[in-house]
Amino acid sequence: MEVIAFWILAVIVGAAAVFVIAARNPVHSVLWLILSFFTSAALLVLIGAEFLAMLLVVVYVGAVAVLFLFVVMMLDVDFVELKQGTLQYWPFAVLIGLAFFAEIVMVRTVGVGTRLEPSPGADSNAEAIGQVMYTDYLLLFQVAGIILLVAMIGAIVLTLRHRPYAKRQNIARQTARRRADATELVDVTPGKGI
Amino acid sequence: MTEIERFALDYLPVIIFLGFALALSCLFIIGSFLLAPSNPDPEKNSAYECGFNAFDDARMKFDVRFYLVAILFIIFDLEVAFLFPWAVTLGTIGVFGFWSMVVFLGVLTVGFIYEWRSGALEWE
Amino acid sequence: MSAFIQEHGILFGTLTVVIQIALFMVVLLIALAFILLLDRKVWAAVMMRKGPNVVGPFGLMQSFADFGKFLLKEIVIPAGANKTVFLLAPILTTTLAFVAWAVVPVAPGWVVADINVGVLYLFAVSSLGVYGIIMGGWASNSKYPFLGSLRSAAQMVSYEVSIGFVIVTVILLVGSMNLTEIVNAQGGGIWTWHAFALDHFPLILVMFPMFVIFFVSALAETNRPPFDLPEAESELVAGYQVEYSSTPYLLFMLGEYLNIVLMCALMTTLFLGGWHGPVPLPELAENMPVLVNNLAALAWFAAKMLFCFFLFAIVKAMVPRYRYDQLMRLGWKIFLPTSLAAVLIVSGYVVYTGVQS
Repeated sequence: MEVIAFWILAVIVGAAAVFVIAARNPVHSVLWLILSFFTSAALLVLIGAEFLAMLLVVVYVGAVAVLFLFVVMMLDVDFVELKQGTLQYWPFAVLIGLAFFAEIVMVRTVGVGTRLEPSPGADSNAEAIGQVMYTDYLLLFQVAGIILLVAMIGAIVLTLRHRPYAKRQNIARQTARRRADATELVDVTPGKGI
Repeated sequence: MTEIERFALDYLPVIIFLGFALALSCLFIIGSFLLAPSNPDPEKNSAYECGFNAFDDARMKFDVRFYLVAILFIIFDLEVAFLFPWAVTLGTIGVFGFWSMVVFLGVLTVGFIYEWRSGALEWE
Repeated sequence: MSAFIQEHGILFGTLTVVIQIALFMVVLLIALAFILLLDRKVWAAVMMRKGPNVVGPFGLMQSFADFGKFLLKEIVIPAGANKTVFLLAPILTTTLAFVAWAVVPVAPGWVVADINVGVLYLFAVSSLGVYGIIMGGWASNSKYPFLGSLRSAAQMVSYEVSIGFVIVTVILLVGSMNLTEIVNAQGGGIWTWHAFALDHFPLILVMFPMFVIFFVSALAETNRPPFDLPEAESELVAGYQVEYSSTPYLLFMLGEYLNIVLMCALMTTLFLGGWHGPVPLPELAENMPVLVNNLAALAWFAAKMLFCFFLFAIVKAMVPRYRYDQLMRLGWKIFLPTSLAAVLIVSGYVVYTGVQS
């Protein structure tokens, strides 16, 4: 049962990944990418890592892929032109692919080999992760925080452009404004004006 | 039945549900294709504008601010992702875990204050 | 449900699950038809109109008539549109809105999939709702949908974060992400509901505002007024739905309402005690058959959900639309810091009083 499910999902992941690079329309590429994220999440569920599966969906599909889709849909980039130069990078692509493949082989041979317990000593995945991540792996956890901080600052520095002519609303000033500040009651004598 | 098989079985209803929902939505659209008339003409199929023909392609460049919002969202989403396992286990990891998270959130709050001061949260 | 499948074998168990799911979806759809009518009736009542009152007694059959009408209309696909994505967008919206319901417990044990990470699942699925809108707006290849989808994407994404923080405060109090356990933690009467949290006394000062923030964020997340900028009629005609007609439009609307009702269910589950009544009556419950108890639970759940939906409807009728910069300000500068502070306060309380252990 499980094996059948694995092979079905694995084939879908593989096929979707191929379509990501084969699709002519970049938007279709991103949609295929989303499908492969989803199927990977299903694979994670199959080995019992439900928490990671949900995080994969929340972070990659719910956030990262939205940004990708944003970029390919809305940014007016000519992708045909962009694709023209890509062929010269094939040695790098092969190199990266080989490195990945070697890693997978290493995981199967040198690595643990046996199946890992999804949630050792805890009722659920999330608890198993929570019990060690914030205490035993304190340093790595804080480093993750700093990386996020750097990403935040980097994104702002790169993209933020102020428009000096934009008029902004100062809500505090607006609500603090009283009638006495804005209006003046004047007794106008007839025929004279103010 | 192994632990993991039982576990995957928890998600079987979700998959079936997904199949049903997908089938239903497709059925609606197919139903309309079959039942409804179809006589297209160029005017009907042109993009909606206020009485004019469209001047140019609708997909245009737009403010980079939208990307900034999306990027900031990713970062905060990750922050929330870190909070979930912590919230579940706070009873066992106790005071140390609590302060560990306070430091983590403190670092990110620095980023948040920077964001605020630099005006990245301002929508012009 | 997995225990059930194990007991009765894969084949029979799965068959039962299939029938249950089909039943659940039919009930949900029929309930939705009347909820749609309720929305229109409330809106009409606030404006001192009668609302739909022609089809069936009191207009009760209005939604079914609308459905028939949608089904018989021509599907217009704009010439410049990307056909696949154009049709995929509404399908995706409705499918996702349906699938989210798989983990919502409506009565003790009455849940399609009782998974450990139920809340996270809902959070994940609801964060995908933005796809239907972006894809629909882009595929139409028309200006109004494009602008609408752009706005809506940034808006949904902004309020997603505060929803996440608010959910974390509830998880902190319960110590589990399983929705059934979250409901069970609120079984001690109205004072234990998380919106009030009177059993952790001073926390009402945090949890009630969190309930309000969740409600307002849910409005923004589902593009309901006063946050309906993606489909602001006065400026964008109908936003991302401009080019849609017939059943694709129906699917968008269906998905939108399913999401709204889902948010109501989520508010009920997280903050209003789920299926529990306001006063626990263990003696009464013991003397009743299980089915009666479950039906009573279902009735409570439905009643609370309808109350939440009534809030949604009345807000739509009464509150003027936000301006876009105000919307962003509310999300990023008010809700985000407030809910983050709430997470710290609640967690401090949990740690130093030992609630979870």
